Amino acid sequence: MLVSYKWLKDYIEIDDLTPQEIAEKLTRSGVEVDIVHEMNQGVKNIVVGKVLECEKHPEADKLNLCKVDIGEEEPVQIVCGAANVGADQFVVVAKVGARLPGGMKIKRAKLRGQVSEGMICSLQELGFEGKVVAKEFSEGIFNFPTEIAPGTDALGLLNLDDQVLELDLTANRADCLSLIGTAYEIAAILGRDVKLPEVTEIKETKEKGSDYVSVRVEATEDNPYYGAIMIKDVTIAPSPLWLQTKLMASGIRPINNVVDITNFVLLEYGQPLHAFDYERFGSKEVLVRRAKDEEKMTTLDDVDRTLSSDYLAITNGTVPVALAGVMGGADSEVSEDTKTILLEAAYFKGTTIRKASRELGLRSDASSRFEKGVDPSRVKKAGLRAATMIAELAGGTVLSEVVEHNNLDVTPKEITITLDKINGVLGTSITNTEVNDILHKLQFDFEEDNNQYKVSVPTRRQDVQIQVDIVEEVGRLYGYNNIPTTLPNTATTPGGLTSVQANKRKVRRFLENVGLHEAVSYSLTTTEKESHFKDEGGYRVKVASPMSEERSTLRTTLLPHLLDALSHNKNRNILNVNLYEMGSVFSTEEQTVTKQPEETTYISGAIMGLWHEHSWQGEKKPVDFYVLKGMVEGLLAQLNVIDKAEFIQGEGKGFHPGRTAKLLVNGVEIGILGQLHPSVAKEWSLTEVYMFEINLHRLLMEEVEAIRYTPIPRYPAMDRDIALVVDEGVQAGVVESLIKEFGGQLITRVALFDLYQGEHLEKGKKSLAFSLRYQDPEKTLTEEEVTKVHEAVLNGLEEKIGAKLRS
Amino acid sequence: MLDRLQELKDEAITKVKEAGSLNELRDIRVTYLGKKGPITEVLKGMGKLPAEERPKVGQMANEVREAVASLIAERETRLEEEALTAKLQKESIDITLPGRPVNKGSRHPLTSVIETIEDIFIGMGFTVAEGPEVETDYYNFESLNLPKDHPARDMQDTFFITNELLLRTQTSPVQTRTMEKHEGRGPVKIICPGKVYRRDEDDATHSHQFMQIEGLLVDENIRMSDLKGIFEQFVKRYFGENREIRLRPSYFPFTEPSAELDVSCAICGGKGCRTCKQTGWIEVLGSGMVHPNVLRMSGFDPEKYTGFAFGMGVERFAMLKYGVDDIRHFYTNDTRFLSQFTRV
Repeated sequence: MLVSYKWLKDYIEIDDLTPQEIAEKLTRSGVEVDIVHEMNQGVKNIVVGKVLECEKHPEADKLNLCKVDIGEEEPVQIVCGAANVGADQFVVVAKVGARLPGGMKIKRAKLRGQVSEGMICSLQELGFEGKVVAKEFSEGIFNFPTEIAPGTDALGLLNLDDQVLELDLTANRADCLSLIGTAYEIAAILGRDVKLPEVTEIKETKEKGSDYVSVRVEATEDNPYYGAIMIKDVTIAPSPLWLQTKLMASGIRPINNVVDITNFVLLEYGQPLHAFDYERFGSKEVLVRRAKDEEKMTTLDDVDRTLSSDYLAITNGTVPVALAGVMGGADSEVSEDTKTILLEAAYFKGTTIRKASRELGLRSDASSRFEKGVDPSRVKKAGLRAATMIAELAGGTVLSEVVEHNNLDVTPKEITITLDKINGVLGTSITNTEVNDILHKLQFDFEEDNNQYKVSVPTRRQDVQIQVDIVEEVGRLYGYNNIPTTLPNTATTPGGLTSVQANKRKVRRFLENVGLHEAVSYSLTTTEKESHFKDEGGYRVKVASPMSEERSTLRTTLLPHLLDALSHNKNRNILNVNLYEMGSVFSTEEQTVTKQPEETTYISGAIMGLWHEHSWQGEKKPVDFYVLKGMVEGLLAQLNVIDKAEFIQGEGKGFHPGRTAKLLVNGVEIGILGQLHPSVAKEWSLTEVYMFEINLHRLLMEEVEAIRYTPIPRYPAMDRDIALVVDEGVQAGVVESLIKEFGGQLITRVALFDLYQGEHLEKGKKSLAFSLRYQDPEKTLTEEEVTKVHEAVLNGLEEKIGAKLRS
Repeated sequence: MLDRLQELKDEAITKVKEAGSLNELRDIRVTYLGKKGPITEVLKGMGKLPAEERPKVGQMANEVREAVASLIAERETRLEEEALTAKLQKESIDITLPGRPVNKGSRHPLTSVIETIEDIFIGMGFTVAEGPEVETDYYNFESLNLPKDHPARDMQDTFFITNELLLRTQTSPVQTRTMEKHEGRGPVKIICPGKVYRRDEDDATHSHQFMQIEGLLVDENIRMSDLKGIFEQFVKRYFGENREIRLRPSYFPFTEPSAELDVSCAICGGKGCRTCKQTGWIEVLGSGMVHPNVLRMSGFDPEKYTGFAFGMGVERFAMLKYGVDDIRHFYTNDTRFLSQFTRV
């Protein structure tokens, strides 16, 4: 909402305050002023000029030579390039020495050999936005609508000495969508009166409105009030300058006197009105009803609209002539030839208007007011105000009697509240005198008896409905800054994290400390990206009307966006990248989603490039499967579930078939780790990438044993190293578990320290060297005891997998 | 004989002093103190001496032997030290060469902000509550006093999945979900961090996905002045001791009265600068007293219970704290950005 400071003064005494001061006061009491616009953006020295003569420039087709009276002794010659310039026009002249927005200075100039002493200006050149300039002047210079003495200062005439407050209104304060509403708000802050425009009843006329039109409302719930006022013999013309400048300051383009008046009253009262050309209305009956599905009409903006039975239509009994509360129809639009006006002043239900406006994507000054609720007490008044103005400015006769359908409730809301309640919610000790004063300033009627209030809320404040609304009104005018600072008197509660929350932090700390950067990516993705990892078959959760294909589906894996991140970095020549992300994935069992999907926290990581680089000492270690696995093992150890975990050779869509492991915890598969399949890597323009993805939710569900101290062994251990030759297909992990199995409790550690394949070995064989530690917590083991077990291990291995000691 | 011993002593001393290496010293030791050395020789010849002289010579011989031995030992230590010093000298390295790097990851700045704020509120007795990102229309809107056709729904353009399911536009639904679990009994003291979604085109200041932290305290006799008190504690701990707060009236459908919280600008100290748009204040969160309808719908009696709620944008806090100028940095995962937060 744009509020002209000069216009505002018509309704409230504010000469002692600058627009900035008013803006600050409004903002501090809850009506935020975004910015105070200066209408004048540096314009100086502009006057009214009368074009005395206008002829073609002898040397240039597109230029005109104008002799202009600017109130000085002699007329000046001005070269003007505007196509619409002509003799006898009253125009804006920037004199020699004048300034225009952007610091442009007007100098005496010679254009194609002709002297030009000044410039005839368009409104845009004076800093007006193109969208508020009347159509007829939008491509050329501005003409004043009436004669004005040449030489008169044009700054004030064009309202360039005004300042405009841009209100950023919250949805509840629809009352401030009008000059009068804003004036009431300022009045409440300052404790001043509001000057309302005088509205007189229509003078008795011989012909009655009802001779011309009848009003019938079928959709009574959507339209509790409809008033039609007939105005005869109007002359459509441009509005007077004061009216045009007020509209322009408010961001509205002047059109003609009748339409401008409806807009003026809309801004003044916050009540949208609509003027129909009666001759083009098509009948003598206004019928308000729900539109029919698929019913068609063309709105004022010349767009063909298809209506639905959710919308309200103003019809002439047969076809829609306006989309109620949103926009009028093109067929009954007021034009230059209009003689008789049917003026509509109505109250439409907000939700109905909102539905039509939203579905059609058609927001207007009218719809934005109706949908938030207009003041029911002002509907008819606004109609009468406009009718009076039309008669005055467009020369018509208003026919007596408003033809109306009236079912509108205008009783003020009554709210009872105690002083204790007010102070109880605010934490203040405001006295009843202070509350009385605030209610007076708000111009709310009330009765007070022994700190009990019965408040009667004016209908203009539709947002004040219940007790706490009164509390807020009192609080904001008392000043939130005057509310004391206290601490709650609640019972002490132990704050803290749940164990899952604490463990999530532990996971983050671990991964940060092993060298991964935490990534955060978008939950919305594409099925195409996920198809590299997921089978086509599964159902997805999709956004109904996505903003783009890129963000259309909820992710079921974190991997694609991590790959996006790797590729983003790679494209910027960052080749060593280590990332992890913790976040939700979304899955559904339904083809057409009806219930909330399953949301599961996953933890995923992706690494590429060099894991370790220490060039001057010649150390360079690219990432590989084992770097990744070490990290996952570390994480499992950190969470104390490593003993329940198992890595098995596996395959996964999108993963390298030979370099992938499934992670099992307690025998249940909860994750995957491995190399990104080279052909998938190619899709992201990547090469060797290793990544893991674990269902963290499942992992954190595992019961973890509390830490119990084990006594430090008092008896020495004995280490024996063995090098075993086995078939190359035998997995080290299998050998390790066999050693443990055959060695029993005496073996306390098995560590692989060498893997060899190649020369000196039979083809198809490999050598695995393990260090075995034997230890008995109760006694020192003898050489014989160890040898006995050791032999058993070796025999067992030979029997089971044909392992032979390497000679 | 005594003279001979004195002579030997002097000779040995000179040689020891001149000895430049441990090998030479070893030779000297063998030469003078060995079984075949001159001192032994002297002692062997002692038999020829008169009995009364023998002890004298014996004593002297021992003295000479000890003197030479200790001198050798001394010299030996000295030479060893010198040798070690020389060796260490040779071993000296260029300590300005870079050390072997240790991989260090980083915490995402948004996580860092969330954890910091969680910890401040945990310290004040709050717990952390979470809720689903795909919400029902009921929890995201209706239970928060935003019925289907409420104009304030325009404040949040929504990603709908179906008519009844949507990506939550705020973390506020966790409020009502948690209150329901309390079955009408206070106190409820929670903060709820999480991702939220709105149909905004991504640009420097907008993101279709962002994070919020919601807070809620419901109990008997909770006042707006308590909200100010809790905020003051929070702001001073998060932004610094000398920061001031102010509340401005505002509007949210789920609170009444509602307020925006401003914090005095850290850049200019409240005098007005570009960061605070010359106002001296920076808007950091929205808040208010829980609307009676919200309490009622979540099973709390608004006659008995009151409460306050607040919601803040995590990105905004991170941008203020770290001076980040483009919200998209938080979601691009450029390691040149992320690695700047290794120190947090």
